[in-house]
Amino acid sequence: MLNPHPDLTASVLIGLGWYYLILFAMNMWWTVRSFKHDGEFRNGVPKAAFWSVVTSLLLMTSAYHFTYPPDGFLIQMPLWFKDFFNAYFSNPVLYFLLTIVGLVFMIAAREWWIKPTVAWTLLNVSLLFMGLSLTDYDFRQIVGKPDNVPIVAMLFIVAFFTWLYFTRAVDNDRRIAEGRPLFEQEDNEKVLVWPDLVYTELICMVVLTAVLIFWGIALQAPLEEPASSMKTPNPSKAPWYFLGLQEMLVYFDPWLAGVVLPSIILGGLIAVPYIDFNKRGNGYYSFRERSFAVTTYLFGFLPLWVALIVLGTFLRGPNWNFFGIYEYWDVHKVEAATNKNLSQFFWENLGGIPKGSGPSDILLRESPGIILVIGYFAALPPLLGLTVLRTYFARMGVIRFLVFSNLILWMAILPIKMLLRWSFSLKYIVGIPEYFFNI
Amino acid sequence: MRVFLLGNFLRLASPVQWQNFSGISIRVRVESSFEGLKVSVGDYIRNSQIWKSVFRHPAPTDRRNRVVVMLTNFFLHLHPVSIKQQGIALSYTWCMGGITFFLFLVETITGVLLMFYYRPTLEWAFYDIQALRDVQTLGIMREIHRWAAHAMVITVWLHMYRVFLTGSYKPPREFNWVIGVLLLVLTLLLSFTGYLLPWDQLAIWAITVGSNMAKATPGLGTEGPGFQLFNTSGYELITNASDAKFLLLGGRFVGEATLNRFYILHCVAIPLVVSGLIAIHFWRVRKDGGISQPL
Repeated sequence: MLNPHPDLTASVLIGLGWYYLILFAMNMWWTVRSFKHDGEFRNGVPKAAFWSVVTSLLLMTSAYHFTYPPDGFLIQMPLWFKDFFNAYFSNPVLYFLLTIVGLVFMIAAREWWIKPTVAWTLLNVSLLFMGLSLTDYDFRQIVGKPDNVPIVAMLFIVAFFTWLYFTRAVDNDRRIAEGRPLFEQEDNEKVLVWPDLVYTELICMVVLTAVLIFWGIALQAPLEEPASSMKTPNPSKAPWYFLGLQEMLVYFDPWLAGVVLPSIILGGLIAVPYIDFNKRGNGYYSFRERSFAVTTYLFGFLPLWVALIVLGTFLRGPNWNFFGIYEYWDVHKVEAATNKNLSQFFWENLGGIPKGSGPSDILLRESPGIILVIGYFAALPPLLGLTVLRTYFARMGVIRFLVFSNLILWMAILPIKMLLRWSFSLKYIVGIPEYFFNI
Repeated sequence: MRVFLLGNFLRLASPVQWQNFSGISIRVRVESSFEGLKVSVGDYIRNSQIWKSVFRHPAPTDRRNRVVVMLTNFFLHLHPVSIKQQGIALSYTWCMGGITFFLFLVETITGVLLMFYYRPTLEWAFYDIQALRDVQTLGIMREIHRWAAHAMVITVWLHMYRVFLTGSYKPPREFNWVIGVLLLVLTLLLSFTGYLLPWDQLAIWAITVGSNMAKATPGLGTEGPGFQLFNTSGYELITNASDAKFLLLGGRFVGEATLNRFYILHCVAIPLVVSGLIAIHFWRVRKDGGISQPL
């Protein structure tokens, strides 16, 4: 459902004018840069010519916003696109799968998308998408919350540094393949810390101070009504950096999502240097030399941490229901929840026992799930060690390998539970609410 | 007259060089320094006993003094004297560790200033923050404090991202990675405990949601698995007035005891631990071979 708010006030238009002006300045710089580099597209069009057209269009867009155009002449995200987006992209399944596809694409096509022109185009497209989306009232309501602004910034910053990593890693991978010295090894003379490092630090501090002061003036820190234990806000959200964990509550009970899994994440991070036996890739960027380690980390950081925070912050509304980015946060939105436990599947659907007359003993009732879970954590590691991960097992030794494989299995339980929930409406694999023991 | 007094003062400060000058001659010196004379007021100050007691050597303008400054200055001695060029390239380090530390300093300074104003009681907490927003001249300290806190969480993640992607946790730096993970946790806890202090709806409900997790701690929470093991016949060890959530909140709900508890954690306890760990972290960076580079 779209919010019918009339939404483009003068201040929003002026803000967008500035937004496009910044985009214009960025692309101006880029045009000059491509002019100096003097490149051409495959069809012979000089890159600088193309970018100068983009730049001038952005300047015109910016100027147009400053004239405060009347209704009907506004540059807005088209309604059909918003409807389409809300209808087909507004569910956690597609969102999560897209982040996984994105990760796979990012790794597989890394040599393509790190190219400066491609990366710059991607940046421009995402900024334009953002600018157009900002014309939507509901989008602005979520993204414009003062506490959410850092998250939007974080998205672009993480994307930038991921690009930087892949640029340098691909470069080093090529150098290694061709037997040339690493990028880090070239021109690597020792320099004096004063002035080379000390001045960098000083400039960094001055710039940061300026940024913080500007940020503090431009954006007021949030302060809502005085605290009241009577009025529960809907949705009640944890601080933004814990929203990935809060999102896990959809799939796991609090004892797992809020206590065990965070502890495992931290334990796993601490264990990283002790289970990574790969001696290569120490002190320089590379991908091919440690593709497994990097892929695992990227998987944990990008889809499972950053993307879940975005999901929890921007896309979860009242009653923790999923809302599209252009959707009104309707408190009365109802989502059918008819999830069943594995024991119900086993005894009722598979065994044909009528509902409610399954085994009364808890352990017997839940035995299918218990066997599955024990098998997953106890039987799978040795099995993996003897088959797929034989080389890892041989190089790691028993203890290291058991820790490693268990951590990987713990990492996998979230996507596994997600898939089971989405495909079979599975609530709990083991469900013993009598003892709060639900998995 | 003022010049004269200044001259006397300077003469006291550095008797050797300026014995022969009166206050008047200082003024002459100031003016004539523009004509290329070697001795100026700046030189005079730098030659004074006070200055020399603080800075043990001349300005770091030549190679020797650029080395010496790193060894004699407390704040600079965290650094080595010389360093590999690629090791300090911004595209290599991303500067995220340094930025995190700088943000920690910003948080400390703005935080101490805020502590002068803010009273962590149910009666005043919210209204003090409101006054910081609406009437206090330096109320922007609160904005800077909050935004720097958010930024610090992000820069810690990015620092970790960089360290992982360059494989810098590998031997001999394993233990420093562990300390780094602890610092990451403490950064999040610092931010979490600070989240409650404004005592508005956003604050208490975010902390309520977060601390409800503690209730589910296996064995130690009244809604977690296994706490019944401690509650044997007739005697209940784990109740809602003794479980993990109670420990965290100092009560069954987010209330005044929680505010006090989080205030102390936020302003004293965690910063102390963080400072200690940062010191070890930095020390180990140096001892483990400096900024990581190809072996």
